[in-house]
Parts: sequence; C-alpha cells; structure tokens
Amino acid sequence: MVAKIEVEGLTKIFGKKPKRALELLQKNKTKDEILKETGNTVGVNRASFSVEDGEIFVIMGLSGSGKSTLVRLLNRLIEPTAGSVWVDGEDLSTMDEKTLRETRRKKMSMVFQKFGLFPFRTVRSNVEYGLEIQGVSQEERKEKAMTALELVGLKGYEDMYPNELSGGMQQRVGLARALTNDPQVLLMDEAFSALDPLIRKEMQDELMDLQENMKKTIIFITHDLDEALRIGDRIALMKDGSIVQVGTPEDILMNPANNYVEKFVEDVDRSKILTAHHIMKRPETIDIDKHGPRVALERMRQEGLSSIYVVDRKRNLKGYVTADDASEARKKDIRDLQEILTTDVPTVTKDTPMHDIFNAIYDSSVPIAVVEDGKLAGIIVRGAVIAALASDSEVTLDHA
Amino acid sequence: MLDFMKNVPELPIADWTSNFTDWLTDTFAFLFDPIKNQFGDFMEFTADKLAAIPPVIVILIVAILAFFVSGKKFGLAAFSIVGLLLIYNQGLWEELMFTFTLVLIASVLSVIIGVPIGILMSKSKTAETIITPVLDFMQTMPAFVYLIPAVAFFSIGMVPGVFASLIFATPPTVRLTNLGIRQVPTELVEASEAFGSTASQKLFKVELPMARSTIMAGVNQTVMLALSMVVIASMIGAPGLGREVLSALQRAQVGTGFVAGLGIVILAIIIDRFTQNVNKSK
Ligand SMILES: Nc1ncnc2c1ncn2[C@@H]1O[C@H](COP(=O)(O)OP(=O)(O)O)[C@@H](O)[C@H]1O
Ligand SMILES: [Mg+2]
Repeated sequence: MVAKIEVEGLTKIFGKKPKRALELLQKNKTKDEILKETGNTVGVNRASFSVEDGEIFVIMGLSGSGKSTLVRLLNRLIEPTAGSVWVDGEDLSTMDEKTLRETRRKKMSMVFQKFGLFPFRTVRSNVEYGLEIQGVSQEERKEKAMTALELVGLKGYEDMYPNELSGGMQQRVGLARALTNDPQVLLMDEAFSALDPLIRKEMQDELMDLQENMKKTIIFITHDLDEALRIGDRIALMKDGSIVQVGTPEDILMNPANNYVEKFVEDVDRSKILTAHHIMKRPETIDIDKHGPRVALERMRQEGLSSIYVVDRKRNLKGYVTADDASEARKKDIRDLQEILTTDVPTVTKDTPMHDIFNAIYDSSVPIAVVEDGKLAGIIVRGAVIAALASDSEVTLDHA
Repeated sequence: MLDFMKNVPELPIADWTSNFTDWLTDTFAFLFDPIKNQFGDFMEFTADKLAAIPPVIVILIVAILAFFVSGKKFGLAAFSIVGLLLIYNQGLWEELMFTFTLVLIASVLSVIIGVPIGILMSKSKTAETIITPVLDFMQTMPAFVYLIPAVAFFSIGMVPGVFASLIFATPPTVRLTNLGIRQVPTELVEASEAFGSTASQKLFKVELPMARSTIMAGVNQTVMLALSMVVIASMIGAPGLGREVLSALQRAQVGTGFVAGLGIVILAIIIDRFTQNVNKSK
C-alpha cells in the first residue's frame, strides 16, 4: 500500500541565499552555523517520513523547531527549497497552480493555532467558506455546514460571529470549517495550544472521538508532549528543523533516540511524581483454593483477558495463569491450578515511581502486579502507563 | 565653500518641466480636449441638477441619511439641518452645490484610481518601492503647483479643479489601502489559501473585507483633502464656496469671507461624520 503522505528530503531555507545554505546543510553544518555564515534561517532540514492513511501523525518540538514551517510545506503554503511531498502518490511540489488548488479544495484542509476565522463572517459562513469558493450551491453549502457544526457540537450557534464565542468554541468552528469539504487529510497546527488546559483536554477527547468514525489522516502539530502522547498514533520529534525521531508513543518514551529526546521525555515530570498506586486498577483474580483451570478460562473469556492473577483466600499473590495454559490443562483434564501456575511474577509496590514501572512493563507480557505485604493490591496494564503520562489529573482524580 | 558649484551651470529643470508639459498638452490634446468638454459639461449638469432640487428636500434627505448613518442618533441630523439652513440663509446654496459636486466627483475618482493602486502596492514589493516616494512627492508639493499643468491641460473651470484635487487627494486612499491589506493577519490569508482560494477570491472575500475600515479611513482623508482643494481650485475658476472666499480675499471683505468659509466648515463636518460613520456601522 502506498502511504497517504510521503515526504522526502523536504527542506525550507528562509533568506536570500538558499543555494549556498543548502550546500552547507549537505556538509552537515548546524542551523546556527548556517545562520552565522549566510544570514539564512533553516526552517526545515531534509525531513523524510511517511504518514499512513487514517493515522494521527503528531509532529512535536520546541518553539522554533520548524513545525509550522513543515506543516505548511505539506500543502505548499510555503514553497519548499528542496525535496518533495507526495499526496496519494502525486507530487505536490511540482503541481501547477490549478491542480494544487484542487488538491487543497478536495483533499486537505487546515486548522490554525489562533483559529484563523474570518471575523466579519458568521459561524456558518465561516464554515461554508471552503465550499463557497468552489462554487457549491447555497443549499448544499448550508446543509453541509450544518452537518459539520452539529458534528462539533455547535448547532444553534450558526448565526453568531466568531468574537461572540469562547476560544474552545471558536476552534470547534475552525474544525468544522476544515471538515465541511470532507478532506482526507487534516493539517492541524497547534490547534489546541491557545486553549486553556481543561478545554484543551476536552478538545483532544473530542478529536479522538470524531476520528473513530472519520478515519481521516491527521497531521497534528504540538509543542506539548502530553498532547502528543495522548492523541498520536505515531510521533515525530523535531529539533532545529530536523526530524530526530519518529515512532509510536511507546518507542519515544522507552527508546529515546538521543539526548534531546530523552530530555524531552524526562520533562514529563509526573513520571517521577506518580507511583504505581495512581495508575493501578482493580484486578480480576481467581482463588486458588476454590477454582480450577475451567473457571480460570471462563473468567478470562468473559473479561477478554489473556492471563489472570491467582490469589488465595486471603488475597496473597500466588502467581498467574495464561489462557493458553488453562485451555491446555482443561483438555488434559487437570484440576489443580497449582500445576499450571506461573510464579515468576513482575511485581512492584504501591509507591514504585512511574519511571521504574516503564522498564518492568516493557519486559513483561502480563500486567504488573502491585503487591503490599504479599497481598495483591492491584495490577498495572501497559496502556495505563501511557495514559497516565498524558493525563495526570484524570488518574489522580480516580484514585485520590 | 560652494565655489566648485560656480562651474556647474544652473540646471534648466524649470524649462524641462515646461517643455514636458507643453509636449504632454500637445500630444494628448486629443484626450484632454474631450475630457475637458464632456466631463466639464457633465459636472455642470450635475451641479445644476443638484441646485435645481428644492433645498428643503435636500436638507430633509441629508437629515434622514444622517439619522440612519449615525446609528439612529439625532446629533448629526440636527447639525445638518441647522448648518444647511444657515448656508441657505446666507444665499450660498448654489455655491454649496457646486462645491459638493466638485468634492464628490474628485473623491469618487480618487477612490476609483487609488484603491487599485493600493492593492497593487500591497501585492508587489517592487510596486511599493516605486510608488511610495511618488506619493510622498504628490503630497508635499504645494497644492498650488498642480494648478499650472491643470490649466495647461484643461484650461479653466471645474475640470482642472478636479484634476488638481485628484493629484493632491488620492495618496491617502492608496497608502491606507496598501496598509490595510498588508495588515490582514497572516493566519487569515493562509486560511483562505489553504482552502484553495484563487488570488481574486482571496482579495475580495478576505483581504478587502478585512482591510475595509483602514481603507475607509483613507477615503475619509481623501475627501477632506479634496474639500481643502476647493478654495485653491477657485483660483483657476472652479465655481463654488471657494470662489466666494477668494473674491472676498481680493476685496478685503472679512465678513463675506468668513461666511463662505463657515459654509465650507459646515460641509466638511457633515461629510467627515458621514464617512466616519459609514466606516463604523456594520
Ligand atoms: N517567514 C519566515 N522568514 C524567516 N524565518 C522564518 C519564517 N518563518 C519561520 N522562520 C524561522 O524558521 C524557524 C522555524 O519556525 P517555525 O516553523 O515557525 O517553528 P515552530 O512552529 O516549531 O515554532 C524559526 O527559526 C523561525 O524563526
Ligand atoms: Mg508554530
């Protein structure tokens, strides 16, 4: 399958001597050196990556690292100095103006950091903009705009003006406007960065809910690791215009490609503050004194688990059994759990910091057991670690 | 200190300019003459028609417009009624109509010419670099100087008056159109492009609406400058309130001069408030 978006050697140099600067880049000079030598700024430095259909691809980096420039190269709001962008196998960088315009109208749309709404147009008229310039009839425009507004929960606000709405609502308008012409690709440049934290989280959740049904290809820019971890299927980390690492949230957290990424990841303070206690959940267990492999299997099937922890009557941790072993045991008509019990259990205590849990959980095929005085207090699943990094407040609320 | 200058003969800039103007007059006579005649006739006609409307009707219309333009407030409407009645009372009504025609036509032409030039400037760095000093020149040259080529091209009367006004009054519209478009927030321009707007869609659907109030501020200045040319233009025979001021000056009649001047002030205030309020409303 061809990737939805394929970027190769994409480079942008701001200034009067791009050729010279490009040569210096090839010689692996740094952004600072090039600025000193030529007075030109490297916006994006030979970025290469591909984005799959239906993926949320996050581009993350500190301010000035070139995120906005990169995303604008993807729809050619900024002309590249070198390199190419393929969308559905078509090279955007060599497209003539008309084809480019068609691509922008039909295939990709954009959501802006400060919303980019037209203040003299009503909400609905803003949302209709993309269709209006395509010459779509009024009725159709209205219908599609209303559908989009309903999708983002803004029904009833269509006749208001942007400045009458809160920031969160304005960005919903921005989102609705981007969705109205039903593009396959959404470019979102720090779309939620201007919103206050609570609203921001709400918008992230909503975007993910929408994405469940829409399955758009989303390029999402952020300078915030939490946000990246929460919504990204994959994350690209940028520094000084270059992409330093691309990977899943887990990759980035567990195998930082270099010091820079590591620093970034370390900045997730809560990984030090949060402990096992905060992210563990109530375990499904079976009682070794009462139950056999048959019950274990049944329980696992009901709960959709591939393994289950085993305790005794006093909740002392005994070990775990896997679904495979249990079903094997049932076939052989083994009655005693003891025989299929795995006792080599990954354990932590309630106050083990998150930092150490990472390492334990990635070596383990089963959830980690949280043990106190030999008793099973809870379990930690892999997803919870990521989720917790991305959102401390939720977790602390649940377990406070 | 300037001894070395003794060897440099005086540059015949004045002669050059005269020759150039003569050449223009001769070469473009085919253009200037019809403009002078037909456009002159048109202006006379407009002014006559305006003067033929019973003053009470004009005053009523102005008052009603003032009421709505100023957001349903009575202040401007009341001022217009009193001011215009005063002008009528002083026997300057016909002069007022001439002056108004001159200002109106000069302003409309200024806007028609100025806005596109401003747009061009906003779109092209080169155009901006070339046009900006020309605008500075046009505005700082004493307005009287424009009367001379105006007379050369169009003889005397209203037409050369409009011509001189145009040169003197257009720059603010050009400047502020350029400024207004350049000040449109980048994100809005990007938004319009990102959805696939053509250049003209971007201009008409985003840039001009966004720049509207800045452009209107320029238009307001243009109208005021055109009005200030009224007295000056009367020196080359443009009729109206300016001519009253000028003849009062020549005969040292303080009272008459003051009354005609007051008429200009009243007209200026009404026009100014009108254009400002048009800008604010909506
Ligand atoms: N129009 C421009 N002209 C010159 N330099 C620019 C321009 N836009 C961005 N830059 C520079 O390019 C670099 C990347 O900027 P940007 O893409 O805005 O970063 P980010 O969005 O990650 O904060 C910065 O050093 C910035 O100063
Ligand atoms: Mg940015």
